[in-house]
Amino acid sequence: MHNVRQLVADFGWPRIIIFIFLVLLFVGAPIVRVRIDSSLADVLNRFGQNGLFVLAMVPMVQSGCGLNFGLSIGIIAGLLGATLSVQLGLHGFLGFFGALLFSIPFAVLFGWLYGKLLNKVKGEEMTIAMYVGFAGVMFMCIMWIILPYTNPTMIWGYAGKGLRTTITVEGYWLRILNDFLAVRIGEFFVFPTGLLLFVALLCSLLWVFMKTKTGTAMTAVGSNPDYARAAGISIDRMRTISVIISTMLGAAGILVYEQSFGFIQLYTAPLAMPLSAVAAILIGGASVNKASMVNVMVGAFLFQGLLTMTPSVINSALQTDMSEVLRIIISNGMILYALTRKLKVAT
Amino acid sequence: MEQGTRLLSFDHVSKDFYGNKVLHDVSFDLGRGEILGLVGENGAGKTTLMRILFGMPLIAGTGGYEGRICIDGEEVRFKSPFDALDAGIGMVQQEFSLIPGFTTTENILLNRESMRPSLMNDVFGDRMSTLDRPDMRRRAQAAISKLGVALDPDMLVSEMPVGHKQFTEIAREINREKTRILVLDEPTAVLTESEADVLIKALRGLARQGIAMIFISHRLHEVVSVADRIVVLRDGMLVKDTPVAGVSVRDIASWMVGREVSSDRAEKAEERRLGAEMLSVEHLWVDMPGETVRDMSFSVRQGEIFGIGGLAGQGKLGIPNGIMGLFPAGGTVRLGEKLVPLDNPRAALQMGMGFVSEDRRGVGLLLDESLEWNIAFTAMQIHEKYLLPLLGGLIKLRDEKSMRKLTEEYVGMLDIKCQSPRQKAKELSGGNQQKVCLAKAFAIKPGLLFVSEPTRGIDVGAKRLVLDALRRSNREYGTTIVMVSSELEELRSICDRVAIVDEGRIAGILPPHAEPSEFGLFMAGERLAHAEEARGA
Repeated sequence: MHNVRQLVADFGWPRIIIFIFLVLLFVGAPIVRVRIDSSLADVLNRFGQNGLFVLAMVPMVQSGCGLNFGLSIGIIAGLLGATLSVQLGLHGFLGFFGALLFSIPFAVLFGWLYGKLLNKVKGEEMTIAMYVGFAGVMFMCIMWIILPYTNPTMIWGYAGKGLRTTITVEGYWLRILNDFLAVRIGEFFVFPTGLLLFVALLCSLLWVFMKTKTGTAMTAVGSNPDYARAAGISIDRMRTISVIISTMLGAAGILVYEQSFGFIQLYTAPLAMPLSAVAAILIGGASVNKASMVNVMVGAFLFQGLLTMTPSVINSALQTDMSEVLRIIISNGMILYALTRKLKVAT
Repeated sequence: MEQGTRLLSFDHVSKDFYGNKVLHDVSFDLGRGEILGLVGENGAGKTTLMRILFGMPLIAGTGGYEGRICIDGEEVRFKSPFDALDAGIGMVQQEFSLIPGFTTTENILLNRESMRPSLMNDVFGDRMSTLDRPDMRRRAQAAISKLGVALDPDMLVSEMPVGHKQFTEIAREINREKTRILVLDEPTAVLTESEADVLIKALRGLARQGIAMIFISHRLHEVVSVADRIVVLRDGMLVKDTPVAGVSVRDIASWMVGREVSSDRAEKAEERRLGAEMLSVEHLWVDMPGETVRDMSFSVRQGEIFGIGGLAGQGKLGIPNGIMGLFPAGGTVRLGEKLVPLDNPRAALQMGMGFVSEDRRGVGLLLDESLEWNIAFTAMQIHEKYLLPLLGGLIKLRDEKSMRKLTEEYVGMLDIKCQSPRQKAKELSGGNQQKVCLAKAFAIKPGLLFVSEPTRGIDVGAKRLVLDALRRSNREYGTTIVMVSSELEELRSICDRVAIVDEGRIAGILPPHAEPSEFGLFMAGERLAHAEEARGA
């Protein structure tokens, strides 16, 4: 009994309640004629699509930079890689990994500058990060029009220049990870093996990194900067490294998202991503200065699960089409809940 | 001294937290105008007792307490600290709860200001009254003179020396008309000795005016000099309740720890062989707020334990912090033949110097991490120990197993009381945290170790262990130690030479067996000519 209670305390009531609610939704789904197998496939898919954004929160939280509200910066790096890959007409795995390769230098550069900035505003990182994200996205709104892309699938048909808001990756690298080794069971359920493998790979890379000497130093900086400094660690350097890693994961994240979703979304689209990633990791049980891989997994699964299931089940139950309204209410409601619960910065 | 009638009494008070008994059937009385010294090791139950008295929500939230607390013979059971305040109990805490941007007067009268009605009152009620500043000043002045200290009613708290802040806090409590009982929790912890003396005088004055006090302190000689009666708690039990007359500090110390404290200076006769000059410091300056070092020169020999004492704020803490690169510093510091680059903590560590900071919780520990991390971290980062190389050394992973072994070794050696090496540092008591800090410094096997205020805020038993560990490290491993401490007795008990710092300079260096009056003279700023001679010794 004592063990059970301890387990519950460790896992946390919010997560248990959300989990029970999710299970109830699955139980209730057949009653309102929503197929469980296709729902499950959806949940897995969305988990894979968004998992890396949630993972990208970990390094900055651990180094004491707080939650990465400026994840859009990494997403922009990923978008640059993606558009470059399409521009060069790369297909298949070459296209996807080419995009990844192109986006990395951008991510490193942007992350370095972003990290420099955050080092100058210690204590206010999260507010500043949010505005860095906004500013970066808005700046790129201009650049997407000006940059000299020429591939006809990407540019506005009527003007002959400037990138479209939505670009399909069909014919390039659509579902390249999702379909890799995918297992189809029945008519509606597909297990996206490649997608989940890729996410798992990056998760374990980061997990190993956090166990290295540098990763240990990074965690110590986040835990107590003065202690780390007295132990001869350069606080600014560790923080910058964490921001660069977070930005790179954001870039990889958007590429994974695009190949599964099917479209490259430009202009203001990146703004939608950071908040849900922040909410997911908070729901997963992380705090502003401590986050683990378990938090990432649990958070991404619960957040995306709820986001997938609630609209479809309730929609069918009420016999109306409110899915979009519900989705907005639920996702923002969860973000609000998560932020109010966890934004207290421990001093 | 003639005491008044019984004012406050604790009657068979017990308290447990989740089955863990922290107070056992504690009963004692407090008379009118009496000062009661409440002493005990850390964790003996003093804080819990005061929390019960004040009706802190924490107590009710964990199942309340057994027994009764009576004021004027009637049982009271406060639901919140506000009730306690209304009943005339005031609390002066260790940490200041003052508003820095407000003046003394404003702080003393906060939320009890004198008001003058204005026209707006008719519409908006009392909130629109204006402040009657002259009257406030008068009331504040009255409270200050009742306390009997010189305090400027118009000074901003942010510009005050710490001693004045403490007085302001007390003045605020006695300004309440009804205050009859004052609880002072470590009121002298942040004060210098001279300030503490003034405070003690003021408290005696207050007691004569009929205010009863519970005085909690680790500084036993202060307790002896201020209190009328002493109550000693040990492990939640009341072990002694006695008038102070005829009681010595040594008696109290032995009641607290429950064992005889052996003489600290047992092995003075031992022959000391010191090596060549190891550390030489010339014209060091350090810009550490509140502890500025202006111009210091001294040298330390191999195998020596060199003590640095002096009053608070004179710059003794600045010395190790400056040399270890934690605060901006200048001057020439040599370790052996090599020049120590200042402003570079990593280089200082790599040269084989270690540092136990006086700021245990702020600098010394990773409070949210395990003991393993706390102890092994510096050695891992500086000397690449406790790492497992992978892929030909390209990746270096933490070696949890050897970190655990190291931690268990030090847990045994320093008698660190913990549940496991994985326990978080913040869950340990102050004394055990200090031992973790020492273990961290020992783990890098330093040739020269700076220890700063190693026994501050820890109980008598832990103090001995810490000092013994330092001495052992010096004798067995030949570690040269520079120890900075406010407690002169402690320095004299362990050091080979003691330097006294005054106004950012070395006032003089004395052998430990020198007369206390000589140390006192140096502390009082009497820089003597033979300071120069002693430096060369």
